[in-house]
Amino acid sequence: MAQNTTAWSTGSRGAPSRFDVIAILLVVGLLAFLGAASRGVMAPITTLDVSPVTLDPSALPHYAARTTLRMFAALGLSLLFTFTYATWAAKSRRAEKILVPILDILQSVPILGFISLTIVFFMSLAPGRVLGAEFAAVFVIFTSQAWNMAFSFYQSLRTVPKELTEATRSFRLSGWARFWRLDVPFAMPPLIWNMMMSMSGGWFFVVASEAFSVGSTTITLPGIGSYIALAIEQKNIAAVGYAIVAMFTVILLYDQLFFRPLVAWADRFRFEQEITAPPPSSWVFKVLTRSAFVDGWRRRLRRGWANTAAIVKAAPTPLRFETRAHSHRIDIVAVVAVAALVAISVWKTAAFLAPELSWADIGSTFAQGAVTMIRVFVLIALASILWVPIGVYVGLRPGVARVVQPIAQFMAAFPTNLLFPVAVMCIVTWKLNANVWLSPLMILGTQWYILFNVIAGASAIPGEMRAVASNLRVRGWLWWRRIALPAVFPYYVTGALTASGGSWNASIAAEVANWGEEHVEATGLGAYITDATTAGDFHRIVLGVVTMSLYVLLINRLLWRPLYYYAERKFRLA
Amino acid sequence: MTEQTHSAPTAHQLLEIRNIRQTFPRGDGNELLVLDDVSLTLRPGEIVGLLGRSGSGKSTLLRLIAGLAAPTSGAVRYLGTPVDGPAEGIAMVFQSFALFPWLTVYENVTLGLEALELPRDEIRRRSLAAIDLIGLDGFESAYPRELSGGMRQRVGFARALVVHPNILLMDEPFSALDVLTAETLRTDFLDLWSDGKMPIQGVVLVTHNIEEAVQMCDRILVFSTNPGRIVTSIDVTIPRPRNRQDASFAALVERIYVEMTAKPGRSAHRFERTLGAGIDTILSHVSSNLIAGLIETVAAAPFLGKADLPEIASELSLEIDELFPVSETLQMMRLADIEGGDLRLTQEGMTFADSAVDERKRLFARLLLQHVPLAAHIKRVLDERTTHSAPKSRFLDELEDHMSPQAAEETLRAIISWARYAEVFAYDDTTTSFSLENPT
Repeated sequence: MAQNTTAWSTGSRGAPSRFDVIAILLVVGLLAFLGAASRGVMAPITTLDVSPVTLDPSALPHYAARTTLRMFAALGLSLLFTFTYATWAAKSRRAEKILVPILDILQSVPILGFISLTIVFFMSLAPGRVLGAEFAAVFVIFTSQAWNMAFSFYQSLRTVPKELTEATRSFRLSGWARFWRLDVPFAMPPLIWNMMMSMSGGWFFVVASEAFSVGSTTITLPGIGSYIALAIEQKNIAAVGYAIVAMFTVILLYDQLFFRPLVAWADRFRFEQEITAPPPSSWVFKVLTRSAFVDGWRRRLRRGWANTAAIVKAAPTPLRFETRAHSHRIDIVAVVAVAALVAISVWKTAAFLAPELSWADIGSTFAQGAVTMIRVFVLIALASILWVPIGVYVGLRPGVARVVQPIAQFMAAFPTNLLFPVAVMCIVTWKLNANVWLSPLMILGTQWYILFNVIAGASAIPGEMRAVASNLRVRGWLWWRRIALPAVFPYYVTGALTASGGSWNASIAAEVANWGEEHVEATGLGAYITDATTAGDFHRIVLGVVTMSLYVLLINRLLWRPLYYYAERKFRLA
Repeated sequence: MTEQTHSAPTAHQLLEIRNIRQTFPRGDGNELLVLDDVSLTLRPGEIVGLLGRSGSGKSTLLRLIAGLAAPTSGAVRYLGTPVDGPAEGIAMVFQSFALFPWLTVYENVTLGLEALELPRDEIRRRSLAAIDLIGLDGFESAYPRELSGGMRQRVGFARALVVHPNILLMDEPFSALDVLTAETLRTDFLDLWSDGKMPIQGVVLVTHNIEEAVQMCDRILVFSTNPGRIVTSIDVTIPRPRNRQDASFAALVERIYVEMTAKPGRSAHRFERTLGAGIDTILSHVSSNLIAGLIETVAAAPFLGKADLPEIASELSLEIDELFPVSETLQMMRLADIEGGDLRLTQEGMTFADSAVDERKRLFARLLLQHVPLAAHIKRVLDERTTHSAPKSRFLDELEDHMSPQAAEETLRAIISWARYAEVFAYDDTTTSFSLENPT
């Protein structure tokens, strides 16, 4: 839990810098470009021949396999992105200045709003049309998985002990060899942790990525997500139940077959030399390591792998990362290039938005953003009041924590979109205020981060400190005020900022909910983006997404980041 | 707690502990005995030391006294009243200081008074008095991370004293400090104690440092390990202030070393850890470097094969927690004998000291298989099997019939490390199995 990666644990700190501004402009430009590019390719998609999805439970295993394949494809892409982007950011001081803020902003962009923009673009890229839709779906899942992995890897590379780097240098390892021998192994444990978080987070987007409609176009890819979408459309409660069972099975399977062995394997890369907790174990890993057949293949693979290092080493120009020596000429070229990109971005965005949108549009978008902001803050506050005491209670009791942790982890992976029908039915039946009663859906999936982190914080309180408190007979409110709350505060901030970011993203799905023909909508930026998507209005999608990104970014910079530093400085247990 | 508990002790002893037994549940449903039949009395004006190695349950005993845990059986009475929870009038100082990093020195000190719900003025007056007494003036607004270890532990003392306890419990309070700082804090504490400036009436000190115990205590209770029992009670009558250079001081230190390393048989339950004959002996993981280092030091001048344990401890700056396991391992392998507080190398020990690496390994391998039954047992099993390999769990299960799981793990860890050094058999941590072949 404590390994949750945040954008600013290392690297730049404090107020937004000019690099942040540049990064914002570049990302906005990319969005505008995607929006503009996708406008032209609307026509052919209407003729897309989609494979029909059925609610027959016997089709579910196949759908589950397709969905899982997509998630792992996206995970593979995320890994590729991580190894290249994060490595570049960590190895080049020049690139770092712009790459890290860009990553920070990409993390703040609401992916669900992004979908409609990217999908059309990707479909126009692929020669085969279903393949194009597959690309788009994988890309959506990728965007929900990649950023935290890249941050984790970047952060690990930044903290590789200097002695180890110097050792590889003195043995004259090539950049390629150093990357695989030192950097990747060192970064492995937190990276795997983040891969697991990414897989859990990805489920929320699977539902959105497999069945989507842009304007009048509806695309349905076979998978659990589209199955759920169809079940909701046809008001089939039993089918929703089947989907939950299928999803639970898939999560269980890849946890046992993939992540447990991976965690057990990666334990050897832990840098701490002393043995503390019992090492993680996995029956699959045990089977694999003890099988002679697997061992034979492992040896063969290892030999092949070693050869690649030799090839790269033998190459005339070994793969080398930029040296730290400063060259003014390259600096100037870099500055000019970035400036040109920024100018193009600004011009593209303005040209794209200006003809269609008035200042009044922008004003109303920001007003709706404020409504969603209030909603997010109220929800975080409510979730905190509920989960902080429970988290402290659980964290101080290891026995209880062992039972609660896996349940909470599953709840976090559970795509809350499945609960939306229930909410719609309740609201329609009892004629409730949608502005109030749709709101809890935003935090259903993200509140767990608060619980996880508070549990981790409470269980990290040293035994002797708790003994002091009992010895001095500190109890009641004094105990909460002086001991428990300060001790969990840094962990709480990490959890709350993750929950806050996630809730903004979820607002796009949660402020509008459907169950068959029943349609319930709340006022807010999320609903604004959803409505624009339904209408196929790319200008308003871009405006909505940019506005939301700005809100998330500003809240992060002005609230969470200072709070995080304050907590780290004052409350972190040494 | 009522007001009367705070009054001065009269007819009752300050603290009385009768026949305490403490067990912890084990994974396999059995129980692990930590303290066995421990009784002690703390009289007013007395510092009592609990001396023993890790695993002797002395810190557990301290927590029972503080009311932080309840004994399995037996009774703790404070001023005649049974202790049934954290008691007012018993304060504790911790090895790790256990200060709250988000509270300033002043706030850390006032915490206990706030819990007593005293008036604000009273809290302020008493806190400043304690801070003044313990020499923390000027540091009131500092955070613990800004302080050195010594200053931090002073806060620990001030925090304990400010609640005006009758009994002060100290859990190895100086062991996390460097030698010089520890000495300063000890003498400062003893000065305050001798001058009667502290509100406390009695002290219980947990330590594994023999010199510290002799310097500070009026009475030393020596504990055995696994389970913890009181082996001896030694009254320290050397007048204060005590000087480490005094003959009487050194003689007492020597005597305690002898007590703590006495041969088995003479005393019923002192030595289970070392010289048992079966595979069920609990072994401590001692690195081969430490073994070789100790042998070399004792073989060389000025010891020339025979060394006084207190001397060797100060020469190598080893705590008894480190020194005793090595010397007992040497004794078990017949590389050395321990008699009357002296460590004398055997013929094998001298040969070992004179040999080169390969010869040492051969000698060590021979002695390991000869004198450590578990090593011989594992070797035999590996020889007999056609695959020449066996899983660790096989031996772990066997050991757990005789000892706690932790002790079994520790014992196997010791065997693995020695066998690797001696190259008698190999162990692969990925597959957790022993084998005869060396890894490729």
